Amino acid sequence: MQKLQNKKNLVGRGICYVALAFITFITLLPLIWMLSASLKLETDVFTVPIQWIPSNPQWSNYTKIWEKIPLSLFTFNSIKLTVIITIIQLITSSFAAYGFSKCKFRGRDTLFLCYVATIAIPWQVYMLPQYIMMNKMQLIDTHLSIILLQSFVAFGVFLIRQFYVSIPNELLEAARIDGLSEYGIYFRIVLPLTKPALATLTIFSFVNVWNDFMGPMIYFNSTKLKTIQLGIRMFIGQYSAEYGLIMAASVVSLIPVIAVFLAFQRFFIEGVATSGLKG
Amino acid sequence: MQKTKLIKNKKGMKLETRNTLIGLSFIAPNFIGFFIFILIPVVFSFLLSFAEWDGFNEIKFVGIKNFIRLTKDRVFMASLSQTFTYVIFTVIFTLIAALGLAVLLNQKLKGTNFFRSAVFFPHVASIVAVGVVWNAMFQPQYGPLNEFLRWLGMQNLPGWTASTKWAIPAVIIVSVWKDMGYFMLVYLAALQNVPNSLYEASTIDGASKWQQFWRITLPMITPAHFFVFMMLTINSFKIFSLILVMTEGGPGTSTTMLSYYIYNQSFVAWDFGKASAASMILFVIIATITIIQFRVEKKFNDFM
Repeated sequence: MQKLQNKKNLVGRGICYVALAFITFITLLPLIWMLSASLKLETDVFTVPIQWIPSNPQWSNYTKIWEKIPLSLFTFNSIKLTVIITIIQLITSSFAAYGFSKCKFRGRDTLFLCYVATIAIPWQVYMLPQYIMMNKMQLIDTHLSIILLQSFVAFGVFLIRQFYVSIPNELLEAARIDGLSEYGIYFRIVLPLTKPALATLTIFSFVNVWNDFMGPMIYFNSTKLKTIQLGIRMFIGQYSAEYGLIMAASVVSLIPVIAVFLAFQRFFIEGVATSGLKG
Repeated sequence: MQKTKLIKNKKGMKLETRNTLIGLSFIAPNFIGFFIFILIPVVFSFLLSFAEWDGFNEIKFVGIKNFIRLTKDRVFMASLSQTFTYVIFTVIFTLIAALGLAVLLNQKLKGTNFFRSAVFFPHVASIVAVGVVWNAMFQPQYGPLNEFLRWLGMQNLPGWTASTKWAIPAVIIVSVWKDMGYFMLVYLAALQNVPNSLYEASTIDGASKWQQFWRITLPMITPAHFFVFMMLTINSFKIFSLILVMTEGGPGTSTTMLSYYIYNQSFVAWDFGKASAASMILFVIIATITIIQFRVEKKFNDFM
């Protein structure tokens, strides 16, 4: 009986493995295709049957793309925006999250409700008024416009608050009795305790800003301001037939995200689970 | 409002005033930006939907005229039904795929980490890169996908993004592919919280794996179902970038979703009244779904 059970288990596990491997393979296939096409001449991209490993890898695709469009400038712009927005988000969100979770005052929950409500409101609903406002401030076609629009999104406050709520109030009460001010508590107790929360927000913010396409598309007209996503889009427009180069540029744009993702997976997973379950 | 409270408090309730000030000081740096750049635009968009404005001349309030104009707009009505088609199928398929993957990954197999990361990765990949690859995959004549279908012996191959009939299914496939990993993580976290003792007890009672799944696993992760369903619905209604990089709303207007319609009315046609009215409708749809969802969830929790 026991033996039969074990055998059944083994078969079950086998089926699970096959199913998982199959799904994973299908999921990764477009990305593998992208990598493979990025090393091909444009004439070889769509050969039948598909040549997964190019027989004559065109490594030069990866050098050509930097010459065809100002890709290094675009990369620099993306890095600049990502770093500035992430820093502002981190500082202001974690500060506000403390106010929303550990300070008691009238109107607090109403204010927080406003924050949460805007997470559910699609950006398309208010993107036009934002644009009109930026136009009045004469910030269209500046990096500042996107920095101002993306630094104060409610998601950051929401995410960090989720972490802060789990810190026991007794701990803070003890610190208050010892004479620590609220700011002291924030800097000396809460902040050191919630480093993972900050890491999670950093990664989410990095990925969002790096991948953002719609914002820069609406606000940046000059080539010198464009980000890497717009750059690839521009590349597709200008060299629509040269799939090899387009794929190489796409791979380049994915590399930072892959690197961050592999290095900090733990925080991604934690972040998704936290924002999901206690919400 | 805050000010009057402060004056009143000066008389005796000093502690409360102090607490309020401290609390506000924590919130202020973020709230000021949030208020100016997000909250005001949200309110303003509501006002604009009842006004006529081209962005330069004076704002003229016109009541519900914009909404009436919308109902007469063939493209808007089409975008409404296309958005619903897209949302319904995307939500169903993503939910099933995410749950299935989570159950598989919860089997404590070796290499789970690898599978989990691989399936999650599309979620963090940029939409521009993803769109261009999938467009190549969907290429009707020589794209890899139709190549594969031809190899299977299929005839009358779908035109995918080049045909009005297959463009929405193509977009749905990419959406499911991109989002299933994210919701898989939410489900996985929920699954890991289901106490093992339930399974052990039911095994002793002679329950099969299948019965365990329907009677224990599914009901135990109800909060996750609600969360995933809501986030998925909201996200699906927001679909924009994918449409822009894959189809630009076409062929014809066959993949023009609500958000894409709003974008077109705002930044291509410069018809602010119509754009705002359409965005109000998008908002009302999402708000209604969210409220119904909360009601159902509350009823369900009371029932439990």
